[in-house]
Amino acid sequence: MKTLLFQTLSKKNRLLILGVGLVLVLVYLIPIWSISISAPQYPEGLGMQIWINKITGATPYDLKNINLLNHYIGMQEIVSESIPELLFMPYVLGYLIFGAFITEIYPKVGMAILGIINLLLVGLVGLSDFWRWEYNYGHNLNPEAPIIVEGMAYQPPLLGCKEMLNITACSYPSYGGLILGLSLVALVYILWDENRRKKSNVV
Amino acid sequence: MLKKSNLILVTLGITLMAFVPNCKKGAATATLASDAASRVYVAPGEKDEVYAFLSGGFSGQMSVYGIPSARLFKIIPVFSVFPENGYGFDEETKEMLKTTHGYVPWDDSHHVESSMTDGKQDGRWMFLNANNTPRLARIDLKSFETKEILEIPNTAGNHASPFATENTEYLMAATRFSVPVPQASVPIDSFSKGGFKGTVTMVKVDKNTGRLSIELQVLVPGFNYDLSHCGKKKSHDWCFFSSYNSEQAHKMLEVGASKKDKDFILAFNWVRAKECKDQGKAYNFGGEYVNNFHDENKPAVSTKLSGVKMLNPKDCPGMMYYMPTPKSPHGTDVDSTGEYIVGGGKLASVIPVHSFSKMMEVKDKKEHHSTEIEGIPVLKYESTLAGEVQKPCLGPLHTEFDGKGYAYTSCFVSSEVVKWKLGTWEVVQHLPAYYSVGHLSIVGGSSSEPYGKYLIAMNKITKDRYLPVGMELPQSAQLYDISSGKAELLSDFPTVGEPHYSQMIPAKLLMDKTAKLYPLEENKHPYATKNENEAKIVRLGSTVHIYMTAIRSHFKPDIIEARTGETLYFHVTNLEQDYDIPHGFAIGGAPNMTNLLIMPGETRTFKWVAPKPGVYPFYCTDFCSALHQEMQQYIRVSP
Repeated sequence: MKTLLFQTLSKKNRLLILGVGLVLVLVYLIPIWSISISAPQYPEGLGMQIWINKITGATPYDLKNINLLNHYIGMQEIVSESIPELLFMPYVLGYLIFGAFITEIYPKVGMAILGIINLLLVGLVGLSDFWRWEYNYGHNLNPEAPIIVEGMAYQPPLLGCKEMLNITACSYPSYGGLILGLSLVALVYILWDENRRKKSNVV
Repeated sequence: MLKKSNLILVTLGITLMAFVPNCKKGAATATLASDAASRVYVAPGEKDEVYAFLSGGFSGQMSVYGIPSARLFKIIPVFSVFPENGYGFDEETKEMLKTTHGYVPWDDSHHVESSMTDGKQDGRWMFLNANNTPRLARIDLKSFETKEILEIPNTAGNHASPFATENTEYLMAATRFSVPVPQASVPIDSFSKGGFKGTVTMVKVDKNTGRLSIELQVLVPGFNYDLSHCGKKKSHDWCFFSSYNSEQAHKMLEVGASKKDKDFILAFNWVRAKECKDQGKAYNFGGEYVNNFHDENKPAVSTKLSGVKMLNPKDCPGMMYYMPTPKSPHGTDVDSTGEYIVGGGKLASVIPVHSFSKMMEVKDKKEHHSTEIEGIPVLKYESTLAGEVQKPCLGPLHTEFDGKGYAYTSCFVSSEVVKWKLGTWEVVQHLPAYYSVGHLSIVGGSSSEPYGKYLIAMNKITKDRYLPVGMELPQSAQLYDISSGKAELLSDFPTVGEPHYSQMIPAKLLMDKTAKLYPLEENKHPYATKNENEAKIVRLGSTVHIYMTAIRSHFKPDIIEARTGETLYFHVTNLEQDYDIPHGFAIGGAPNMTNLLIMPGETRTFKWVAPKPGVYPFYCTDFCSALHQEMQQYIRVSP
């Protein structure tokens, strides 16, 4: 095990890690997650996108219109400023990218494993935090809201689609999320490949 | 699955059944026995193929229909007030109806013209004339709203208007009623002595903004100039105006103006006219007029202007020629190639067609001139004639072209549309019209590239076509399919006002370009309130400005205090940024104001003078949301 941890990465795998680091930079520029909603009065749909540092509508006016819809059920307004996580998420991503570049200087399998752990942590913490926000938005409703349906909560799905009153909400990773996922896959592949290489060296 | 033989039987059965009920009525309705219904049926959620813009005649408006379904989509207010959305009433748009005669909230709108680039419809603007109080309007096809109205001075009855040149360089506007120019109180019989004049006005259209301005007027003999169409391709430099009453009769025109065998089509070289103007041959002339411009999301601005450049035909040789045309010509239409100028004489028994090439060949040869009227050479009829359609119908008026070598002419007296072939001048089909058809319109039919699938006939009378609704029946239009060899009547539909003329545009040219909202951040209205926190009430003496916002489902501020006699301006901004979510605004018992319909991101102003003490509700009139009925508040008026 110890030998694997300190095994120097193959040239190919070093390049792959460099690739992961570079591709992760894109995550600053594209949304990570997207929630789309459709309703009879919105045949063209409405969309909301979660970026590393902000929440926007799929069109310039979608977020405003989602908030307008939400105000009937007493949901608090969704604005980037109310979510402090968005303030430090760019640094977390920077840390991941930094890790990829450090690995170029110190190309050990252990660094790739650290990367996997980091990505898993970011993913798990991120998703559970996302769920927590969804839960809060969906449950903490203004008791003076115009529309109150007994026992009804409006928590959007973490992944997949869900019907809420006349609205269908779907939640899926966007391009940035896919990049994060693929980065994880790439690191796991490196680990598998290095492990295989170690075995073949032994033989 | 049906077997082939069964299919034939079924088809036969359906065809027979379709014919049976029509047997009684005979030929008049036999054309309906086909599958016409399915060809005009647009299933729920599907869209029409064509936009039809119909002028509203004496309603002063323009209406938008879908073709082939003939469903009415919208009435665009142009020259008449429109209580539905406050056009002509509110502080933003009432300036649009200003004229030198004061506020004129009505007109008589005849001709719709489409903006063109290279002779093809470009989907930017529609233009509409006001016949009664000479004006010309530009309607923007992004917002489907009237953006500009220009008054035309030194004219009376702006009928031959607004016809565009090939690249919409200019719009032409000519006098229907010749009058003393400049206006003066003269004996009416001086008309017969040449004391009355007509004018042809060249209205310049700014290539980028569409802004209208008067380039030049030409003083022409005092006839009645009736219609116009401009050339295309080789005849690009020319516009053609029909005229009647070249007799210059001033009473009992029915007889007096029908004496001569031929009146004229005036051929006008507008490029030459501009040249003469630039050479300084035009002189300064009087004439007061206004230009009203409604910039996007700002109050309309009415500007008073005075004076035009006037040109006399004798000072600009080569600019104008008269082509004799039988008899009391009404229509003058130029075919898609720009070669043929088709006259339509209300009283003529032939459809005369002039050849542009022939005209160019003979126009400056003295032997082809018969005389000259006030500096305008009169060419000999035979010299410019390309051919005549013999005995086409009674009262041929207007001709449109399908781009496949056929022309369609409306015949008012015999209530029909005749299809005939350009070049051979033979009639190939008679189509009955119900009844008294005026203009025709083919999709793109007056452009150099007709789309040529649908034709509508616009009729004056509908006796027996619809359920009776009292003495006044709706006017109507009829839709024909002209895509195959034989034109077929598909449907008829009642219209708003008189469907005088129309322009039809393929839907694909417009539908993706229409505006969905006014972006709030671009709202430059001086009284805009861009978010609720800025809503406020400002008092300036006895004037109160209420900066109000509207959003689903409330106004802010919602309680307003005022004193009797104070003038309240409600500047209402619709904060929505969602397509199709306007908010309405109306106050109970507001005598001088109807309703506002405020588009998303738009600001409009409702002026209200606080009446006797009491509590007055105001509310949203456009069903905006589930809580629309709750979108209501109060104004308290104290002594």
